[in-house]
Order: sequence, then structure tokens, then C-alpha cells
Amino acid sequence: MTTTLRALLGATALVALSGAAMAETTITVATVNNGDMVRMQGLMDDFNAKHPDIKVEWVTLEENVLRQNVTTDIATGGGQYDVITIGTYEVPIWGKQGWLESLNDLPAEYDVDDLLPAIRGGLTVDGNLYAAPFYGESSMVMYRKDLMEAAGLTMPDAPTWADIEKAAAAMTDKSKEQYGVCLRGKAGWGENMAFLTAMSNSFGARWFDENWVPQFDQPEWKATLDFYLNLMNQYGPPGASNNGFNENLTLFQQGKCGMWIDATVAASFVTGKDSTVADKVGFALAPDNGLGKRGNWLWAWSLAIPSSSDAKDAAKVFIDWATNKDYLALVASKEGWANVPPGTRTSLYSNEEYAKVPFAKMTIDSINSADPNAPTVKPVPYVGVQFVAIPEFQGLGTSVGEIFSAALAGQKTADEALAEAQTLVTDEMKAAGYIQ
Amino acid sequence: MARALSPRRQLITTIAAWSVALLIFFPVLWMILTSFKTEPSAVAMPPEFLSADWTLENYAEVWARSDYPRFFWNSVVISVGSTLLGLVVAVPAAWAMAFVPGRRTKDLLMWMLSTKMMPAVAVMIPLYLLFQRLGLIDTKFGLVIALMLMNLPIIVWMLYTYFKEIPGEILEAARMDGASLWNEIVHVLTPMALPGIASTMLLNIILAWNEAFWTIVLTTTKAAPLSAFIASFSAPQGLFYAKLSAASAMAILPILILGWFSQKQLVRGLTFGAVK
Repeated sequence: MTTTLRALLGATALVALSGAAMAETTITVATVNNGDMVRMQGLMDDFNAKHPDIKVEWVTLEENVLRQNVTTDIATGGGQYDVITIGTYEVPIWGKQGWLESLNDLPAEYDVDDLLPAIRGGLTVDGNLYAAPFYGESSMVMYRKDLMEAAGLTMPDAPTWADIEKAAAAMTDKSKEQYGVCLRGKAGWGENMAFLTAMSNSFGARWFDENWVPQFDQPEWKATLDFYLNLMNQYGPPGASNNGFNENLTLFQQGKCGMWIDATVAASFVTGKDSTVADKVGFALAPDNGLGKRGNWLWAWSLAIPSSSDAKDAAKVFIDWATNKDYLALVASKEGWANVPPGTRTSLYSNEEYAKVPFAKMTIDSINSADPNAPTVKPVPYVGVQFVAIPEFQGLGTSVGEIFSAALAGQKTADEALAEAQTLVTDEMKAAGYIQ
Repeated sequence: MARALSPRRQLITTIAAWSVALLIFFPVLWMILTSFKTEPSAVAMPPEFLSADWTLENYAEVWARSDYPRFFWNSVVISVGSTLLGLVVAVPAAWAMAFVPGRRTKDLLMWMLSTKMMPAVAVMIPLYLLFQRLGLIDTKFGLVIALMLMNLPIIVWMLYTYFKEIPGEILEAARMDGASLWNEIVHVLTPMALPGIASTMLLNIILAWNEAFWTIVLTTTKAAPLSAFIASFSAPQGLFYAKLSAASAMAILPILILGWFSQKQLVRGLTFGAVK
């Protein structure tokens, strides 16, 4: 080979390589650490094969840290992230503020109409879809079939709170460390207040009336808190004011809870290999009080594009891949139907294979029974089932959560807690300019 | 001269010292034990001190899921870099305060220290904006600067304390012999204060290594150190305690080893000038 030919080939290779490098777009995806997200990272070979021109870099953070970092980045127009994982709480607020890119132009094959209406409704602001759901969840009753049978009781598919109290009393045997019911008590807007706000909806309570006046001084909130405290004090585990999702999951998996009312996503954990009661778990809708609303919430971890991203097209391609029907089929083929991210698409629930998953039907029924746009019995000026989609809610929810958690710990009565919550929320809402 | 302790008193003192040491070390020990347990065993109630089924699975999974060497290298560069840069700034500053004090030197030192009392989150947005405008977000250089500034008050204070122990006459003698300011600091002061400088350096490396606010706020992928590596295994929903413990153990192991081997130096430096 002559020197000229070698130089020519070398130059051609260099040009080709630099061309490839120039065509490659790198996107940074910020996400939370949970089973479904970890699974997606493990399936990136499929995305890389389909889109060799897009390189994906991951930032995985604990959800509150992620929320803080992403908020800082978007508010300052930093553009560090191209795809962010956000919940149904943030989407309406950030969408309204113009922080998110609209996803109305996803390709026709994406079939946006296949998204579950309740989930899609929570991610849409003024007719614009601002986030694509990666997985959705509601809450439901998980109960021990064997203990119910031993007590001579049957759990209805759609129980009332009276049914729950009766079952809790029958299943409690504190001498065996067996507690009738395990509920969230740990303070936090996403911990005890997610549960209590959803529960209060079924008692006819609401955070605010149509004029943003706080409602903790109303009889509906008193009925909610009295019932919750009584139920937990009589039939709950000791130290319940420190229990969040993980603590209750542990108790349930170890056979110490007769019932646990929590996220539908827990169903796969309590029936999984780490559970000592995996084959004894039954599922029912979250309870109601006959007022037309159940005590279940609605949440979706979704993927969105911050308006500050400088790789919006590539980000959209990624979101399309991660949330379309083919992705569900990909997970099913690699990890089985039970591991498919639930609660996002109607077509998943008409799939015969998926219907065999024991908690599939109850999950979809729970999701369908929640309406983020009309969450309460009485009218409210806000969106959100277990939260109020206003920027102030994170702080308010956590503060009220601390008060209610203290009541569960026996440090104050229900009346004192409600009076304190009313004063606190009223002051904050005045300071924020919602009320005079 | 040290007073001799009676055997009984010595025994009580030894037991008390070991008890306190074990109490302090217990969380780390618990974390390391948890990292070798299965997830159900890690959260068992009542807690299992020793697991029935030990496993290395958590380490294997943490290693497989993350690019540990990259996080580790970033931590090394950031902690060592910020420390060295901090010393370059702090040695002349501490020299000036120790040997050429002005009327307001004490106030200046207090003011410097007071900046450490401010909650970091209070300056998060301004600093983030500043870094963003300067293109320093997610760069190791940016974090070196940030951590150097964060820890500078402590470095200056420590060095000032050590320098105050060195007789000014020695420096005067060097000056009489015609040493320039540079030579005085580099060839006379620095060798004499070496134990103090070494312990300051070690302490600062440890502080920078463990910093978990700015290192997470100011990074995304390229410059993220081990604090971000740990944060990626934390989850409020789902049981990942054993994996989180494994990730934490992998993150603290290098600094634990460094601390172990340099403990004599560290203690000597930290107690320097404590007894006069």
C-alpha cells in the first residue's frame, strides 16, 4: 500500500469517525431509585440498538433530592437534565409555569389515547400533555386471607371503613405480635398525609373550600382523624407514628399485619419471594363511607422534558421508547408480566397474560376509582387526590403531617391537632395570598 | 508529669474508653453488617445482629449497576484538589494572622468561622446561578473551588492555631539571615508546622470526601462523586437497605483506610498545642 493511499484511508476513517461523533446526542435522564426504573436501566441495550445516535446518561437520586435538584435546575434555566422523572404533584404546577415541554406531538404509534384516562388527566394541563406516565399506582387494601378465614370473616371487594374496623378487631392478637391493621404514621406530605388526605376524601373532608379557606375545623376532618387514631391505637402496631411505606412493608412481609392499606405497587412485594405470607394475601379496593369517594390515591411516576433542555428531540425519542406499548412487551419478554410497569395503559389490562397477575384487576379498579380533577365529595378549587397541587403544599403537608403524627404518638389529642393544623394552614395561606 | 493511675482506675478508664469508642463506631459496624445481609434480613424486626444467610450479592449488584471507579476517581480529585488549593490560600493567610496580626485579626477569624454557621441551603440558588453562568456545574474544577471555599475557614483556623505555637524568633532569625518572605514560609515555617499542616490536610480531605450537599447539588453525571453514588441507592418506596449499606460501605472504605493509617498523625495534629 502506498503512503498516499494509507493517508487517504486514514483521512476517510477520521472524517467518518468525527461525523459519527458529531451526530451523537447525549441526553441526561434524572430518575428515582425504584424497581421499575432500575429495570429500565437494565434494558437500555434495546434502546441503544434502536437509537445508536442517542447516548443516555443516568442520574439516579432519592426522590426528595431529585425534586430539589430538578427544581433548582429548571428554575434557573440550567439545562442539566433532558428527561426528568416527576410525579403527578409536580406536573400541573410545573406545566402551568411553562417549565415543561408539551408532549402533544408524540408519534401516532405511541397511541396517546391508550393511556389510562385518570392518569392522563393528572398529567394534562389546559389540554397539553406535559409528561408521559412510566408507571401508575393507586392504593388498596392488602389483607391476610388466612387470618380473615380464621376469624370467620370475608373481605368484600369494596369494603367500608366499618368493615375494616371489624376485620382489624378480629385479626388483632397483640400477644402474638399480630396487629389488625398497619397504616402510615410517619410525618411527611408523601407519607402519612398521602394516606390521611386520601382517607379524608372518603369521609367527605377536604383541605380547602372553593375560596381556599382551610377546613380542618370541620366535622368531616374530625371524623377522619378520630377514626384513624382509634383504629391505630387499638389495632395498630406499636410505634406506628414512625412507620412509612418501608416499615409497614416489612411488618406485613413478616406476617405481623392483618391488613395494610397502601400503594398498589406494594402488591408485587407482599406476594414476592421476600414475603413470608406471599400465598396468603388478598386484595380489595380502598374503603369508603358510602359518600361516593374511596380512600385511595392516584400517583404516577412520569417522564417529562424540562423546557431548559437543549436536546428536546432526542429526549422525546427516549420518552417514546420508555413509555410505549413495545416497552411493556419488552419487559414482559425479559422479566415476565408481573414485572411490567403497571397502571399506565388500557391495553395492558385487556391483555390475557397480564390478567393472570393476581393484583392486576384490583390495581386497575383502584386507579379507575380515583379522579384527580374531582377528588372530594364537596367541590374544591384544586387538583390532586392525596395532595393539593399548589407549590405551598409540600411544606404545608409536611407540617400538618408532623402534627397528626404527634397525635398518633399520643402527644396531643385529635381536637388539639386539628386546631393546630387549622391555625397553621390558615396563617400560611394568608401569607401566600390565597385568603385575606 | 503524668500521674500514675491505680490498676482499678485504669481498668474503669479503659472500659469507659472502649464503650464510648464502640458506641461511636456502632452505626458504621451495623452498616457494614447490613451490607452482607439479604434485604429481608436487613429489615427484620427485631433486628438481626448476625444474619442467618450472609451474602455478597449486594456488592455484586451495586458494582454492576454503577460506574463505581468513576465516582471514586471524582471523589479523589475533588477532595485532594480542594485540600491542596485550600492550603495554597490558607498558609499565607494563617501566617499573616499569626505573625503579623492587626487590630482586627481576631474579628476577622471569627467572621471567617461564622460563614460556616450559615445553612448551606440558604446560598444554594445564588451559588448555583453563579456556577451556572461560569460553566462550572458538573465539573470537577467547580467542585474543587466550591469545597475549598466551604472548608477554608477551618483550614485557616487550624493552621493559625499551629503557627501560633511556633516562636516568632525563629522566623526573625531566618529574616536576619536574609531569607525572603517566600523562603521564610516555605523553608522555615512549613517544615516546622508539618504535623499541623498534615493533620489539617487529612481532616480537610475527610470533610471534602464526606460532603454530601454541594457535591449532589452541583453535579449531574460527569463530576458526581461518591456522595451521589450513595444517593442513587436511597429509596423511600421499596426495600433497598442492604444495597444502600453496601454502596455506603464502598464509599467510606477508602477514607476509613486513610484515616486508620494516618490516625497517629491526625491525633498528634489535632492535639497540637492543646497542652501548654
